[in-house]
Amino acid sequence: MKRYFIHRLLLLLPTLLGAITLVFVLIHLIPGDPVDVMLGETAGAADKAELRRSLGFDQPLATQYRSFLVNLAFGNLGRSLYEQTSVATIISARLPATMQLALCAMLMAVLISFLLATMAAKRRGGWIDRSALVFSLLGLSLPNFWLGPLLMILFSIQLGWLPVSGRGGLSHVVLPAFTLGLGMAAILTRILRASLLHVSREDYVQTARAKGLSERQVWLKHMLRNALLSVITIMSLQFGSLLAGSLITETIFSWPGIGRLTVQAIQTRDYPLVQGCILVIAASYVLINFLTDILYKIVDPRITYAK
Amino acid sequence: MPSKLWLRAGIALLVLLALSALFAPLLAPHDPFSQNLDEDLVSYSVEHPFGTDKLGRDILSRTIYGARISLLVGCATVALSLVFGIALGSLSGYFGGWVDQSLMRLVDILMAFPGILLAIAFTAVLGPGLDHVVLALCLIGWTGYARLVRGEILALREREFIHAARALGCRPRRIIIRHLLPNLLPPLLIQATFGLAAAIVAEGSLSFLGLGVAPPTPSWGSMLNDGRQFLLVAPQLTTYPGLALALTVVALNLVGDALQDRLDARNR
Repeated sequence: MKRYFIHRLLLLLPTLLGAITLVFVLIHLIPGDPVDVMLGETAGAADKAELRRSLGFDQPLATQYRSFLVNLAFGNLGRSLYEQTSVATIISARLPATMQLALCAMLMAVLISFLLATMAAKRRGGWIDRSALVFSLLGLSLPNFWLGPLLMILFSIQLGWLPVSGRGGLSHVVLPAFTLGLGMAAILTRILRASLLHVSREDYVQTARAKGLSERQVWLKHMLRNALLSVITIMSLQFGSLLAGSLITETIFSWPGIGRLTVQAIQTRDYPLVQGCILVIAASYVLINFLTDILYKIVDPRITYAK
Repeated sequence: MPSKLWLRAGIALLVLLALSALFAPLLAPHDPFSQNLDEDLVSYSVEHPFGTDKLGRDILSRTIYGARISLLVGCATVALSLVFGIALGSLSGYFGGWVDQSLMRLVDILMAFPGILLAIAFTAVLGPGLDHVVLALCLIGWTGYARLVRGEILALREREFIHAARALGCRPRRIIIRHLLPNLLPPLLIQATFGLAAAIVAEGSLSFLGLGVAPPTPSWGSMLNDGRQFLLVAPQLTTYPGLALALTVVALNLVGDALQDRLDARNR
């Protein structure tokens, strides 16, 4: 386990460094002078020079990159141009809201998919199975920037059951979490249904039934447990997509998380803040994938790195 | 539902969409750019069956023209991603060694970002525009094809027919183009179908955030964004472009699923 952990950690570091480098390069891709883009061409020469100095743009590229890495190592993501506070402070204030939304979306997706996939696999070819397939097709096809406003019209405006937007009690999180988690629920339903059908034909399941175990025990101890591995993979990959999807969902529902912050920073051309937000989302994605691999090893101890 | 029916339904929807995009000037009842402030936010009328937006522009005409942008961005992204993905994936899989190592590390780094996030970051930096959207989507799009091609070539390159081609003196380029790539067409076709759906949704997302096609060009994503402010008084602004987008993606997913059932060797 220890060797596996170290091996996986060694693979993580270059990927993380690559992602950090790409985020650093981003700001240098701005066409023309980045300072002109950030402040507007009408800004005074002194202001431009000051911003250029504070962002380190007056230094050679290699020096800028080195300072970027050193600052990052100390948790310094720079200063926001508009809020005049450190980017790390702004992001850490918004991160809990995004995590809450992403976790609720994941929980909702897991509940829906386990329920649907189990019922579909139990009655293969029946109406529940067909409904589960239609659900997964629609879940994969409905873009969240359309689904969100539709749900808002129906449940908040027409029926008045749920709040339109903002963050508050549990009722506030229902619509954004469903909007964000529907795609994940659709994918999980498909994968889990296929895994359960595959596992149901395995010899050990037949043996478990032949031993006289109850159907409930066969499902819980043998089938669902073995189908779990593929589900963990998808959940980890999709959790990153939830973080990225939060940009749109949070914008629709005015959810005060890092996704909405990123969009606001893009609109105000606050590039240090954009850079910080993207870095945090990408780093979270890489770390989640790392943790998934570790979880794999715990769930299935046979997993190893082939030499 | 049998896969043949899924395939037919999906193809019929896609043909309808392609025809409406191609013949948009003939089908659209009004000029999609023409404004009429006296007729803003009309919900339904004989002249405007889908209603009008805040500037009095005809929603039906803009939805029909919006298909052009979605298909153009989707097809351009998939075509460019395929070219780069096939070229780099073939090099990586066939030659191996440091070429493979460096290309796959690059793929790992790009895949370390959730796809849409990198596209948002690039268009935020480069600015809105059709070319920037395609460029941003290709930046991530090619990695999936490269990985697929590399994996398949790794599996195929030690097969007898490749050894025979080498023994006959074929050059690597000929082996890749004439012997290896034809074997990759089914999985590439399946991935390209899903890739087209993903590119269309991504373009919609970027336009929704104001990072896609610049106004007043009609795009389903930007129409949805405009309509968001009028959810209470004019829900038709979000309903029709959203429906068009969802139907397109449903059609592509139907075709992709059916192709997967028929062409993917693992499903046989």
